[in-house]
Amino acid sequence: MNNEPSATNTRQTRTIGRDLIGIGAIIIVAVVGYLLFPDNLALLTRIIAIALLVLSLDLVTGYCGIATLGHAALFGSGAYAAGIAAAHYGITSPLLMTLAGILGGALAGLICGVIILRAHGLPQLVLSISLIYLFHEFANKASSWTGGSDGLSGISPDPLFGRFEFDLWGQTAYVFGVVLLLAVFVLLRFLVRSPFGMLCRGIKEDPLRIMAMGASPKIALIKMYVISGAVAGVGGALNAISTQVVGLDSLSFTQSAEALVMLVLGGTGSLFGALMGTVVFMLFEDYVSAANPFHWLTMVGVLLIAVVLFAPKGLYGTAAGFIASRLEKHI
Amino acid sequence: MQTVFSIAIDAFAYGMVLFVISIGLSVTMGLMRVVNLAHGAFAMIGGYIASYAAQDLGLGYAAAVLLAVFGTVIISIPIERLLYRRIYGAPELTQVLMTIGITFCIIGIANYVFGPTLKTIPLPPLLQGSADLGFRSIAVHRLFAIICGLAVAGGLWYAIEKTAFGVKLRASVDNASMAAALGVRTEIIYAVSFAVAVGLAAFGGVLGAELLPVEPYYALRYMVTFLVVVSVGGAGSIPGALLACLVLGGIDTTGRYLMPEFGEFFFYLAVIAIICVFPRGLAGRAR
Repeated sequence: MNNEPSATNTRQTRTIGRDLIGIGAIIIVAVVGYLLFPDNLALLTRIIAIALLVLSLDLVTGYCGIATLGHAALFGSGAYAAGIAAAHYGITSPLLMTLAGILGGALAGLICGVIILRAHGLPQLVLSISLIYLFHEFANKASSWTGGSDGLSGISPDPLFGRFEFDLWGQTAYVFGVVLLLAVFVLLRFLVRSPFGMLCRGIKEDPLRIMAMGASPKIALIKMYVISGAVAGVGGALNAISTQVVGLDSLSFTQSAEALVMLVLGGTGSLFGALMGTVVFMLFEDYVSAANPFHWLTMVGVLLIAVVLFAPKGLYGTAAGFIASRLEKHI
Repeated sequence: MQTVFSIAIDAFAYGMVLFVISIGLSVTMGLMRVVNLAHGAFAMIGGYIASYAAQDLGLGYAAAVLLAVFGTVIISIPIERLLYRRIYGAPELTQVLMTIGITFCIIGIANYVFGPTLKTIPLPPLLQGSADLGFRSIAVHRLFAIICGLAVAGGLWYAIEKTAFGVKLRASVDNASMAAALGVRTEIIYAVSFAVAVGLAAFGGVLGAELLPVEPYYALRYMVTFLVVVSVGGAGSIPGALLACLVLGGIDTTGRYLMPEFGEFFFYLAVIAIICVFPRGLAGRAR
């Protein structure tokens, strides 16, 4: 009886320790990236924006077990919300634009969640694909708001805190992105460990049992979808602020599929996995598509098949499992 | 009246092409429970082979169709043995990733081998021109597609309902392990139905080349349409797939005729509405 509190205490300190390690790792990777590619900060900022999308996908796919091929709908909605706020309403403060992105993403998350959760299995997948195409067509049609296939331009964010300008070098955008990513990461670490996060994991394992315990899986999942939309919206807003243009490709099926590929490459059900998958995939994409754009899609296909066959838990999951088994052997 | 009639004929022909391509997907999905996103890629391979045979080898249309069907089946055999075998019974996400990976590879390879341009399959003189029905004339190719679709539907219905193979197939769809315990060689059933599914996809790819033009991104562009047909119809159900093809073909064609500026907006809206009302598909059964 006396042991119990101390056991939870050690577990808590251990997870907090892992949080600190995670934050440290993100900062170190960010600084190393800055030092290695000082001329290519735009790419690094884009990686951060996509990482936010993949994190948000991890929330519904990794933690709730919903397979979706339409998650870019949330990301694109956030991007368009931020872009429209700036281009049509003159809200050019980066923080307010981010807030607009969060709201837009959360609203899209609510719509998608309510629709996608009506079905299971293949119909669910088809619903998610139909949704992303519907969003895409809608954005294409509403060209007076979104710029249609030309993309939404005329977004010129104010300097951050009136001092740091979003210039061509992209240093401000990069630092802004890193700070956003850190904030989201810390919040999500709390979220996935909270009783609500545990509930979602329980729903993934056995929804019937969760219902028998008196909780409503559907409401919990919709809440998670809204949160996921907010996170994706942050990514979308960051993308809109840093590139100052929003294109239809942010609402595309390809973007959704790539996000899923990154998540699975890193490993589902862990925030570190989502981050790792994004960084590895985006750098790989940048390298291969620059070296040989013709074979880019084939390489992605081969990569996917290889991950499914040889590392079904993803890079992070496989590495973590390997380290854990080594540690066990030592003990 | 004229417009209504031509929309109806086009929708019917389009629905039949969709049916020929997707029915194999529906059967294998009902049988093996594999979410196969690469099905459209096989239809695309069929189209490419037929185009190559007709244009570069100078074969006739019938020979090109046969070559396309058998060539695609032969290409699919190693893919099935090496890759699909490993994902039978795996979680959905794994199946999605594996099959999307296969699709990406096939697109990349097709792009490399055949180039990014549209490929045409020249029609024989018999199928060109139009047929006079007395009050209206319609393109013979449309008529041909409709007849082929009906023939495939009838043939499949006969094979599944009336033959010994069909009995075993239905038994495996209902309960694979029980069927295996009763002495049905389920692996053979799986292999044969996979081959038939791929062959039909290739045939549909050639048949529909006028409506769904053959190009490298075919596999990705129409993948959704085929999946939609299966999930709207209900996996494993022939009448369901037929109904879904006609309904969706009608909605898509009508939308294109009357409101071309909206693209596929109404198509996807209809899909979402149908799936929300019938989450298991029009003819789906509760599991």
